[in-house]
Order: sequence, then structure tokens, then C-alpha cells
Amino acid sequence: MEREEVKSILESLLFVADGPLTVQRFAEVVDGIDKETIHILLQELQSDLEAPSRGLQLVEVAGGYQLRTAKINGEWVKKLLGGRPARMGRATLETLAIIAYRQPITKAEIEAIRGVDVDGVITTLLERTLIRAVARKDVPGRPFLYGTTAEFLQLFNLKDLTDLPTLKDTDEISLPEISRDVIPLEQAEES
Amino acid sequence: MSTRVELEIFEGPLDLLLHLIKKNELSISDIPIATITEQYLATLDLLQTLSLDVAGEFLVMAATLIHIKSRMLLPAGDDGGDDEEEGFDPRDELVRRLLEYQRYKEAAQDLDQREVLSRDVFTRSASPTEEAGPRGFREVSVFELLAALKRIIDRLPKDTFHEVTLEKITVREKMTHLLDILRAQNSILFESLFAAVSSRMEIIVTFLAMLELVKVRAIRIVQEEMAGPIKIEAAADMDGVAENVVLDQAEEDPYGA
Repeated sequence: MEREEVKSILESLLFVADGPLTVQRFAEVVDGIDKETIHILLQELQSDLEAPSRGLQLVEVAGGYQLRTAKINGEWVKKLLGGRPARMGRATLETLAIIAYRQPITKAEIEAIRGVDVDGVITTLLERTLIRAVARKDVPGRPFLYGTTAEFLQLFNLKDLTDLPTLKDTDEISLPEISRDVIPLEQAEES
Repeated sequence: MSTRVELEIFEGPLDLLLHLIKKNELSISDIPIATITEQYLATLDLLQTLSLDVAGEFLVMAATLIHIKSRMLLPAGDDGGDDEEEGFDPRDELVRRLLEYQRYKEAAQDLDQREVLSRDVFTRSASPTEEAGPRGFREVSVFELLAALKRIIDRLPKDTFHEVTLEKITVREKMTHLLDILRAQNSILFESLFAAVSSRMEIIVTFLAMLELVKVRAIRIVQEEMAGPIKIEAAADMDGVAENVVLDQAEEDPYGA
């Protein structure tokens, strides 16, 4: 098969796939083409799509490759699809971050870091399959240990867990920024 | 009303403390406990005035702050503790917790700034949902299934020979078999599944294999109308879920006949 031909096949497969496709899966479908070649062709496809006239991007996510819309066109896509995706609240994001960096971790350990109860948040995260119970900890009560899922990697555009941004050491942490949505207390008192 | 909602953005006592430290431009490693305690308690008062429920953890932190404040008033090394080292600061534990929390708070912000799927970037479409089955089909109740199973068992010749050979059919084998059929033809009639089955045990093992696969949502059991023929079909993600289950089953197979 011609090189360009294979590249075209790969693009078609990417288009119809429901989730990220692994190089292994491509190799199974397009038989006779070695993984190395597939890898190179995918990289080429990736840079082809970087042209400003293209509305798609090829991302490496959750151990595979997936076609996604260009970030710059996000507003237009949202307009077409209608509806507003539920924004993830801070409690959910913080809990998810703790689980991502510290997995496997128990609910009690998460609560020790956040200083608040995380029951409701854990339920939500389990329902959205962003986390799962991976084991039980060998301590009294045998609590569940939680870890993140492939859906988590897909949601945040991560290749794998090592692709998470490096966690800052505690001595690198600067003074906290006031988040924009915090209203100063004085103002709150007036209203 | 909007004030009520916005004040809830304090994710907990640690978050509120970090906010107060930042607002007063204090050093996190040298917190003036008296000032912070005072402001912390004032904020709790405010929350209560606004008739917000102050969660228990906020009160625990208030107690912790007051405790630290009282310890700070004691001369160093003179509080009766034998095991406390030179240079012990009652604030240390709090500072450690604040820094640790701040770390993950920043990590959460970093995650939020990534290209989030279905917020910033989109894929072609979501995977087909289980609910969106073919029109006109309905899920079969477990009672209908049992009735169908009874019909199959009743079909067996009554005056059968006494079985003496030990049959080696496992649920796992039957699961694999059923998956193979569905990979080849996408759906099969419930009756046909048992066509070649000749013993009571094999019928039951086949039935259990089918239930296992329904349980993990690898297959669906549907029928077009009440009391109509029952069909078994591959679910949207049959191969994805089935693979794990069949492997798991390999560990122990209590139904082996």
C-alpha cells in the first residue's frame, strides 16, 4: 500500500472511532503495516492538521489517538450543540486533583487534605466514571482506595498519568491568589 | 441571595484561612495567630448572620485556632510537655496543612486550564447510549426469561438415559461461545441459542452465562412485542466489557459442571 493511502485510512478510522484508538488497534485493522510506520504517519497527520485552515486536531490521549475540534472553534461548536456543559465546581476539581496525584487514596485521606467531607463529591466522581475504587486499604474498616480512570485522562487531555503537570513542592508555593470569584468580606457585609 | 451563593465558595476552613492570609498579605510561615483567629471568627459570625449553615469543620478549625493561640502565649518549653523539641512552634501543623491544601488547589486550577473535553474541545459524538436501542424493542423482564428457560427445559425428552459421563462445560466457555456467535451475527434468538443443547446442566450453564453477560452489559436481551420471540444482541461496547469479565471468570468458576 502507498504511504498516502495508509494515511488516508488512518484518518478515516480516527473519524469513526468512538474513543481514542491505540497504535496497536490501528495495526490490527490495517494489517501488514508495522506500528512504527503507523506511528510516523499519525505524527504527520497531527502536523497536517495544525494548519490554521483546519478545524480538527489529532491529540494523543488516554494511551491512544483521537480527533478533536480545534480549541479556537470551541464557541462555535458549543453554539451548534446547544446547552451548556456543567462546569465542574471547585470541590469536585480539588478532590479530583488530590486523587489524581495521590492515587490510590482513601476518602479519609482526601478529607484530611481538604479539611472537609467529600462523600457527595466522591459519589459524583464515581457516577461520572472519572474515578473508580481500585482496591481496599489494609487498615481497620478496609476502606476503598480510589484511582482515576481513562475517562479522566480523556476529560483533561492527558496521555497518561505521567502527563500530569508536576506537582509543586510545598516550599515552591507562593502566597495564594485570591480567586476572581471571591468577593471581599467588606463587600459581603454591605449587601 | 447572590451573596449567599457566593460566600459558599469557601471550600472549607483551610480555604477560608488561605483567603484571610492572602487578604492581609501575611506570610504563610509566620501567621499572626491572634489576628487570623479574630478574623476567622468574625467571618463565621458573618456567615451565621447571613443564615448560612456553618459546617462542623469550620467550628473544629475555630477551636484549633484558639488552642494554638493559647499555646503561643505560654513561654517556650514551659508547657509541661516532655517530648517537645526545642523550637517547636504550635503553628507548624497548621502551616503544613495549609501548604498541602494550597498545593492541590493549584493543581486543580492547572487541570481546569487544560483543554477540557466537551467544554473547550469536542469529539465527533458521544458513544451510543444503551437507552437508545432499536425502536420498538423492549427489555425483557427476568420473569419472561425464566418462563422461556422453562419452555426449553420442558422440551427435553422426559425418559432420558441416566447421564454417567462427566460433562465439562463451564460458564466461562459458554460466555466465550455466546460472544463468538454475537461477533459473527450480531443477534441470535433465545430459542436458537439452546438448539444444539441436549442436557439439563448445559441449558442451565448456558443460561447463567447469558445472565453474566447481561449483568456486565456486554449483551442485551430484547423482544419486539409482549410474548414475542426473545432476541439476544450485542451491546454497544460488547468487546470492551466482555474481555475483562471472561478473564475474571477464569479465576474461579463455581458453575463448572
